[in-house]
Amino acid sequence: MSLDKDQVQHIAVLARLRLDEDEVAETVEKLSRIVDFVDQLSQAATNDVVPMAHPLNESQRLRMDDVTEGSERDAIQKNAPVVKNGLYLVPKVIE
Amino acid sequence: MTHDLHTQSLTQLAGGLGRGDFSSVELTEALLGRIESHKQTLNAFVTITAEKALESASRADAARAAGDAGVLNGLPLVHKDIFCTRDVLTTCGSRMLENFVSPYDATVVRRLGEAGAVVLGKANMDEFAMGSSNETSYFGPVRNPWNLECSPGGSSGGSAAAVAARLSPAATGTDTGGSIRQPAALTGTVGLKPTYGRVSRYGMVAFASSLDQAGVITRSSEDAALLLGVMAGFDERDSTCIDHPVPDYVGALSESLQGLRVGIVRQHFDEGLDERCAAAVRESLAVLESQGAILSEVDLPNLDLSVPTYYVVAPAECSSNLSRFDGVRFGHRAEDPEDLYDLYCRSRGEGFGAEVKRRIMTGTYVLSAGYYDAYYLKAQQVRHLIADDFHKAFASVDVIAGPTAPTPAFKLGDKIDDPITMYLNDIYTIGANLAGLPGISTPCGFVDGLPVGLHLVGPHWGEEAILRCAHNYEQLSSWHQACPEEFA
Repeated sequence: MSLDKDQVQHIAVLARLRLDEDEVAETVEKLSRIVDFVDQLSQAATNDVVPMAHPLNESQRLRMDDVTEGSERDAIQKNAPVVKNGLYLVPKVIE
Repeated sequence: MTHDLHTQSLTQLAGGLGRGDFSSVELTEALLGRIESHKQTLNAFVTITAEKALESASRADAARAAGDAGVLNGLPLVHKDIFCTRDVLTTCGSRMLENFVSPYDATVVRRLGEAGAVVLGKANMDEFAMGSSNETSYFGPVRNPWNLECSPGGSSGGSAAAVAARLSPAATGTDTGGSIRQPAALTGTVGLKPTYGRVSRYGMVAFASSLDQAGVITRSSEDAALLLGVMAGFDERDSTCIDHPVPDYVGALSESLQGLRVGIVRQHFDEGLDERCAAAVRESLAVLESQGAILSEVDLPNLDLSVPTYYVVAPAECSSNLSRFDGVRFGHRAEDPEDLYDLYCRSRGEGFGAEVKRRIMTGTYVLSAGYYDAYYLKAQQVRHLIADDFHKAFASVDVIAGPTAPTPAFKLGDKIDDPITMYLNDIYTIGANLAGLPGISTPCGFVDGLPVGLHLVGPHWGEEAILRCAHNYEQLSSWHQACPEEFA
């Protein structure tokens, strides 16, 4: 196994994912196999090769910083789990 | 007569509607009836929008009567449930978005709607488009109309099954590593993935933003060309959409294959490819040659690395894109969170399925401190090598041809426990996504009663060449017209 239980738990914390006990065991096994599989990339000779971020080598287009959308807060918040007076509610973060 | 409307292609139906042989309401009713009766058998739909479809159909009939018919006026289609549809559930195959009703339309949805298309429903799919068998859907697997024990492929499996079973003449799909072309091959339909940036991604739930592209699944290349002409084009709202002229795709089909240079990739026929599939593909290449195409061998030396490259780049982008699901603004939220951290972790842990969690964690790992250079940066470099291989090959050929998938449809349950075997399903299709190239799969035979696909890849903006090639092949073969008996 290229990854152990502690590493998987740490990745889950970084990714903000709660895993059940049995999920952890399965993830250690499958994630290790995926990591082993992608490890074959280390064999490739890539000295001086420019990393490719965009498939057409285009740069990100910019637009003028103009207001183009109206406020649709109420329509958008219909999908929110908990809202009050137009605000999203979360557990208390400041004592 | 309206009893055989489901057997007709989009182009044939457009003709019938134009002549007044039947109305869009009659056509829509006929297809909704079929969708209802095969609902349980195939599980191809997450949502059926019968009422809205009949309203659009009747508006389309009125528009036609008033002499105001768009290109797709009154023609029915299905949207993959990854496209946002205003006031309609958009689940992306996930528990996370089980109750998400989109407040807006995706650009693809809007453009097709403005051209007069009637939306029959939203197609089932692998969760967040992550899967090659449709088994990762929260709403259960889709079944292959050719053999109900088999997978239709994925992630656009519901779209492909609906078109193959004659429940809809066409469906939209998305393709990040083969998610349109592989299910098309496995269901005997035509699947087109355009050039990266050809079609707007606005309103299409993001998986891997440097790879995702919208396309279509149809029963002919002619129909794919018709739809692409409507979907393609610049959109201010997608910063990756490229301002490039949209040619007359349907018009380009009529040219012959005389002198078309078709490249065959030697590595495509190495071990891993089912011999009977290889034979079907070779026969189809001989057909292209008989029509004047010039076949030659091309080399893609880094092809072997395309799947591992993809499984670094795609999960990395997915881990970043899916960080928006926080249980706060929309999507699933866990009950009684202890604190904000607990709210995030449990909402995401409960809302995402196993494969999505695996990809998020793979992505988080390859982007984390100490591993970034070894994995993510390295993969981006290898991606460059793979793209360069394609560009070199396109210096001497117009189209690259080969198999779409290594085997015909596999049994549901056969590969789901082994991520690597599942990932290798996309070995022939992933290269086009890494390099941003257009690709199409068209049916080219059967193995054990299951369809096989011929895969054609073109250079950037080369949709006309691959559509022309596939269309010419379809004129000389009848594989694309074959229909599973149970759904005739």
